[in-house]
Amino acid sequence: MTGAAVEYRLGPVDDVPAGEGRAYAAGGEMVAVFRLRDGSLRAVSAVCPHAGGPIADGQADLEVVICPLHQHVFELATGCSRTGQPPLRVYRVRAEEGQIILGAAS
Amino acid sequence: MPLVKLTGGQRIDLLGVRKEDLAKVWADLDMPSGYAYGKNFRTVKTCVGSDFCRFGLGDSTALGIAIETRFQGLEAPAKMKLAVSGCPRNCAEAYVKDVGVVAVDGGRWEIYVGGAAGAHVRKGDLLTTADSAADVIRLTGRFLQYYRENANWLERTYAFVPRIGIDKIRAVVVEDSEGIAARLDTAMQASIGAYRDPWQERDQNATPGQFRTALPLIPLPQVPVRETPVIAPAQPAQ
Repeated sequence: MTGAAVEYRLGPVDDVPAGEGRAYAAGGEMVAVFRLRDGSLRAVSAVCPHAGGPIADGQADLEVVICPLHQHVFELATGCSRTGQPPLRVYRVRAEEGQIILGAAS
Repeated sequence: MPLVKLTGGQRIDLLGVRKEDLAKVWADLDMPSGYAYGKNFRTVKTCVGSDFCRFGLGDSTALGIAIETRFQGLEAPAKMKLAVSGCPRNCAEAYVKDVGVVAVDGGRWEIYVGGAAGAHVRKGDLLTTADSAADVIRLTGRFLQYYRENANWLERTYAFVPRIGIDKIRAVVVEDSEGIAARLDTAMQASIGAYRDPWQERDQNATPGQFRTALPLIPLPQVPVRETPVIAPAQPAQ
């Protein structure tokens, strides 16, 4: 690990409606940020490893997101698939002064 | 428009529209949606009916339009595809629909439920034979409401009907064995009355950024575009 971890300011938290996801480009990667109904944020890679589906358009609850193309299920906290697919990448994400701050993939 | 296709359900498919352009396309069309994308009431396919077919026993086109207009867009545990055939020759494939109506002699209509002709193929079970088009519409609505209330998420009628049993469904929907027919009819009417075409609200996004691009946000490797296949002209036989 060299240098300080890069962080990205993606924009206002309010751009992501509660219970939904929005996709962002950060450092050459596409990231889906979800604002859960309990107010917390989650960030995973935005492209479904199965067939390239738009993860940010998936239905999400407090635990999982379902890819809209073929209903593959991924845990938002770990990225692991519950339907046998390769995992999504998980990013550290937090809200700071109303802004979404995206950290490195964990 | 990347592709325009006439569908098996007698709709016009407009395919390949980008998510962020959807609202503008609907605005240009200024037409109701065909609901071809949701877990909801889809098409009512019909044959030409009695006006233009020598075999036609009932006006399937008029009944199909009436059913489709009444139940358009209603949400359900899974999609609902219907058809009305004007005679048992089944040009509209009514025997293999979630609800299929077939005109028979004497101005009566057979109602089949639980049919499918997709990845799963099943002939529908005969629910009853109705005496009038009005009875067909009433029983269709009552069956669909019973299905909407009792089916599991994503359970099509081809799984729901065998699970419950056609005899039980007939008893409840046709013979009112549980005394709930009036309530089912009322509930269906309430859903119909509450329906609004969501695309009419396209300018007031349900949530901010509803039509924002989800993918791709960065240039992706180009997918090869399919060339129009060149087919050699047939050679005359020697």
